[in-house]
Amino acid sequence: MLARRIIPCLDVKDGKVVKGVQFVGHEILGDAVDMALRYRDEGADELVLYDITASAEGRTVDYNWVRDIARALDIPFCVAGGIRSAEQAVMCLNSGADKVSINSPALERPDLINELAEMAGSQCVVVGIDSREMDNDYYVHQYSGDPDKIRQVGRRTLDWVVEAKTRGAGEIVLNCMNQDGVRKGYDIKQLRLVRDLIDIPLVASGGAGAPEHFEAVFEQADVSGALAASVFHKKIIAIPDLKRDLRAAGIAVRI
Amino acid sequence: MTGNGTEIIVIEIGCANTASVLFALERLGAEARLSSDPAEIAAASKVVLPGVGAAGFAMARIHELGLFDTIRGLKVPLLGVCLGQQLLFEGSEEGDVSCLGLIPGRVTKMTATPDMVVPHMGWNQLEVLKADPLTAGVTNGDFAYFVHSYVCPVNKYTLATSTYGQPFAAMVRKGNVFGCQFHPERSSAVGAQILKNFVSL
Repeated sequence: MLARRIIPCLDVKDGKVVKGVQFVGHEILGDAVDMALRYRDEGADELVLYDITASAEGRTVDYNWVRDIARALDIPFCVAGGIRSAEQAVMCLNSGADKVSINSPALERPDLINELAEMAGSQCVVVGIDSREMDNDYYVHQYSGDPDKIRQVGRRTLDWVVEAKTRGAGEIVLNCMNQDGVRKGYDIKQLRLVRDLIDIPLVASGGAGAPEHFEAVFEQADVSGALAASVFHKKIIAIPDLKRDLRAAGIAVRI
Repeated sequence: MTGNGTEIIVIEIGCANTASVLFALERLGAEARLSSDPAEIAAASKVVLPGVGAAGFAMARIHELGLFDTIRGLKVPLLGVCLGQQLLFEGSEEGDVSCLGLIPGRVTKMTATPDMVVPHMGWNQLEVLKADPLTAGVTNGDFAYFVHSYVCPVNKYTLATSTYGQPFAAMVRKGNVFGCQFHPERSSAVGAQILKNFVSL
């Protein structure tokens, strides 16, 4: 049976893993390669490595750093941060990343999704979406790595999800920003709405604070994976304990 | 030509994910490198055909690089990984392309349903159908990491299956030709065991 994925997200700034509450005010948590291996040992199913400032600073990911991770890791990982062309994405994949996630650059130029899917295949193309509830609807935000540059782009999240899928995305990571860093649980309502619109994998992000939040998002929003950062980094939840609880609750996990 | 070198060659056809396969072989202490040169591939001790992306693009590259007959003519162990396994079959529905024809059968598309998202992406369990040097140490229920939207048919050359909607060939073997639909280089200890089995053939 296909297992639901538990995905620690490592927000990386200058080679260090950082965590900011609501994306503002970063705290250094450790070295990226060390933390990637620690999560592998604990049973993480996949890792996402976000170069959180690359897009706002107008540069792309550091491919040597991708290579260091790829050399050490034997579980899949996805790289995100400032990938602006299909060529850059292919360089990331050739450096050993399994998938690339595009967020702000896809909003600037949606054709990037098509180009990437054609060149590397949809299965490598993840579209990350930062979404916030406003006026009883959900809207996409851009440049969320930088509090000075973050902005609402006027796109409805539900429209953008469908467009991304149609253009060739192989997976959507939906980061529900209202919940981010608050640890009150995933935004089940929004995730369920998105899940019902698409037939590609959906990964939940934003708001994980307790094991029951994972159980709820898998059972109620039917997501393929659940991404979290601070609860893992700060050792509030241990992945082996989480997976044992999920299995006891009847959810398919890899142990 | 019969391979007499000690090196494992990972065929570089311009599709992604060659680096991760190479790194996995290096972690096992195997002597491995990338090449797209027909003579080097023909002289290798073993050959890995990796691949991510579309079957049509990959087969076009194989023809452009003059590797079609080289790969088909290999007498040493050949391991196709992910798309590489699909290319071993006669043809693929993806782009309606003819493949290497080393294993009978045709690769077909997985159809997404509301309950079954495609690509099949993540860790799924293996069911071993046949004892084989490649599956040594692999137990029924072991998880491997899959990412694909097309599937290889189950037939007499299937070593192990996995099930997503329906059973499909997760590992295959016909003579010196082996394949894994999943990514052994990304399948943690189970994947390392399978690669070690291949290196030890």
